[in-house]
Amino acid sequence: MSKITIPLGPQHPALKEPENFMLVLEGEQITGATVNLGYNHRGMEKAAEERTYMQDLYLIERVCGICSHSHTTCYITNVEELAKAETPKRALAIRTLFGELERVHSHLLWLGVAGYEMGFETLFMYTWRDREQVLDCLEMLSGNRVHYSINTLGGVRRDITAEQKAGVLKRIKYLEERTKYYISLATEETTLLARTQNVGKLPYDVAIERGAVGPTARASGIARDVRKDDPYLIYGELDFKLITHNTCDVFGRLVVRALELMESYKMIEQILNNLPEGPIAVKVPWRIPAGEAVNHYEAPRGEDIHYLKANNTDKPERLKVRAPTLANLQSVAYMMEGGWLADVPLVIAAIDPCMSCTDRAVVWNPKKGKKEIYGWEELRKMGIEHYKRRGVDFTKL
Amino acid sequence: MIHPARVFREVIKHLFRKPATCAYPFEKAKIMPDFRGRIDFDSSKCIGCQMCVRACPSKAIEIPLSKVQPPAPAQIEGQPPVPAKKKFDCIMKLDHCVYCAQCVEVCPKKALIMTQDFELAHVDRKELRRHYT
Amino acid sequence: MTLDSTLTQLAYLLIFPGFLFLALYGMYLQWLDRKLCAIMQNRVGPPWFQALADFIKLLAKEVIVPDAAESRLFRLLPFFAMAAVMTALVSIPVGRSALFGFQGDMVVVIYLLTIPTVTFFLAGWSSTSPYSTVGAMRVLTQLFAYEVPMMLSLIGPAILAGSWKITGISIFFAANPILIPTQLLGFATALVALQGKLERIPFDIPHAKNEIVGGQFTEYSGRLLAFFYLAIDMELVVGAALLSAVFLGGSLGLTRWAAIPVFLAKTLAITFLLALLKVLMARIRIEQMINFCWKYLAPLAMAQVLLDVFLKYRLG
Repeated sequence: MSKITIPLGPQHPALKEPENFMLVLEGEQITGATVNLGYNHRGMEKAAEERTYMQDLYLIERVCGICSHSHTTCYITNVEELAKAETPKRALAIRTLFGELERVHSHLLWLGVAGYEMGFETLFMYTWRDREQVLDCLEMLSGNRVHYSINTLGGVRRDITAEQKAGVLKRIKYLEERTKYYISLATEETTLLARTQNVGKLPYDVAIERGAVGPTARASGIARDVRKDDPYLIYGELDFKLITHNTCDVFGRLVVRALELMESYKMIEQILNNLPEGPIAVKVPWRIPAGEAVNHYEAPRGEDIHYLKANNTDKPERLKVRAPTLANLQSVAYMMEGGWLADVPLVIAAIDPCMSCTDRAVVWNPKKGKKEIYGWEELRKMGIEHYKRRGVDFTKL
Repeated sequence: MIHPARVFREVIKHLFRKPATCAYPFEKAKIMPDFRGRIDFDSSKCIGCQMCVRACPSKAIEIPLSKVQPPAPAQIEGQPPVPAKKKFDCIMKLDHCVYCAQCVEVCPKKALIMTQDFELAHVDRKELRRHYT
Repeated sequence: MTLDSTLTQLAYLLIFPGFLFLALYGMYLQWLDRKLCAIMQNRVGPPWFQALADFIKLLAKEVIVPDAAESRLFRLLPFFAMAAVMTALVSIPVGRSALFGFQGDMVVVIYLLTIPTVTFFLAGWSSTSPYSTVGAMRVLTQLFAYEVPMMLSLIGPAILAGSWKITGISIFFAANPILIPTQLLGFATALVALQGKLERIPFDIPHAKNEIVGGQFTEYSGRLLAFFYLAIDMELVVGAALLSAVFLGGSLGLTRWAAIPVFLAKTLAITFLLALLKVLMARIRIEQMINFCWKYLAPLAMAQVLLDVFLKYRLG
């Protein structure tokens, strides 16, 4: 049979964000796949250098819509480390609470997306309806559903009242029940099993070789979780299990995420019932002493790494974000090869991709053989000229 | 255990339930009491310190002097003249604003007020440039 | 033929039970299907005029024909699909008896109902875009999977009734309602096969939107797409009417206007079952669909045929 090449993206119903996968098809089976990145580059690292630490907080939050708390917490831990600020215990507990609530909302979202990608719309509708409960919790506690903005330099912005605590616990109880139902659904429903089992295989050694992180790695049997390996915030004091699964396929990733949900509910209850007393924030100076810091954080999608370099001013000199999706994308090409075309959306969705977190630009001129550094204004000018050559004039807008 | 059509009971149950969604623009959406919505401005409290302008991560706020300034209070006999309190306006660019409410936190005089307005979309971009006096 | 009888014939063809009724009832069933799915998924669902509004809106949109496509074929295909479905209705009883029934009309109806599928394939193939091509291949592959169980399960009642005329079969079952429960297995297989024919979840593989965008219809737009969708809606009515006539005894021997509520009730019930199938399952892969149809569906349909042969032998 002759081969045809199908472009999946940058615009495609299966992808929520622009990214391109070129698939070589032989009939319905895939013989080759390449991943092309870079459709969603927003120049955030550069922009962060032009803003103060406090303003960056809100910029970094928008690196990703779903793991907004992960990125800010990782960033702020760096800042507080450099400023040598003693963050109060209560603030750390509240940050942990938000981290886990975010994991719940992200995993429920993933469950719905997975259902949608395999054409199981009922699962999609039910999980997203139940996800509203955790979004309500987040809105009640922080004032927004997605961009919580709960972190501030030296602590958190809002305290938790007894009333709010009761409201969260009530909703978590409901979600726990529903999640049990979804677990039984996912492990018993015939068509769902047919679509997930033995799909997107990622064996243990390949997962290690390609540097998979988060639930993708844990579903391949790798017991790796920053919360356990290098406890940050108050994770060291919480009682939870590290979930792994050894089927190495999409089904394994589904089970890992579903069971992690149960662990998260457990943790949320623990945090709320043992919330330490005290202030929720300390003052942090606007100028941060010179130095470098690196921190990692277990985002819902995997390990998120932030690097920060300060130079004794109120603006960072360099900020580098390594989002978990970048680490997982290497595995996607491996998982797709030899599979069916019908499984491609599901395999891509199974790493829970967040493309806008991932896209970065490297300016490297091969002729001169050296890296060039552009300022914000220069990059902007270059962008406008580039589009002018293509016949679009943005200066008129 | 394999079980075809596992959702059957749940689906039948939902035939007799009220839908979880609502017809939004016709039915009001419920908003939590501390929702971060549009930022309102109280000109009588503003001292023009520009703290909010500096704190804003998206450069959405401008605090210019008002065109019409209130007259200085009448001088009382035997006392030095009191200078007129300057009046400030606020230009809030809603298309820039990210609704983080950082300005509300830094404002020393509580001149900026967080409201729960969230239906702020508009077809005309000029309407998004709110001028509070 | 007098002018009067010609006019009546024309009214039959164009108004009831022909074009107009078919189109409106098809849209109604499409809406009902969507509404039922929405309720079962705990949503509000579309308002009652949604299907008609979609149709009118699509009619107003620009038609874009790809340069690489065979323009004339590309434009004609939706009308072929619609014409084939409407012709099939002529032999299926709506109410008491069919407009034009004859011995062997069941085979003709089965063939006529295959034509829309073939036009879907040609539509995808002639669009020449990669998504449409894959969609077209899937349409054809799927056709070979569900067509055999569909035909086998329709043969059963025909053997039992000793008639190849759809009206004849429904009259036979109306006269012997005791035999209807024996056709349950065949009815179930035909229902699943009809779901495949109508390309709905779990068999919406040819136009699975997360995989190949719009499948065979990717390049279609405006009026042409509207007529394709209308043809699919009509196919739903014809399919439901066919199943109700062959398996459920049609109008149960009622005549004239009394027969119509029975027809409506039965087609609505079948639509409900189809909607239920749609919400219960995930979309399966094409190779799983073929496995399922040949390994389970076809043998089950065959078992029904054997049961019918046995019954026929015992009844004499």
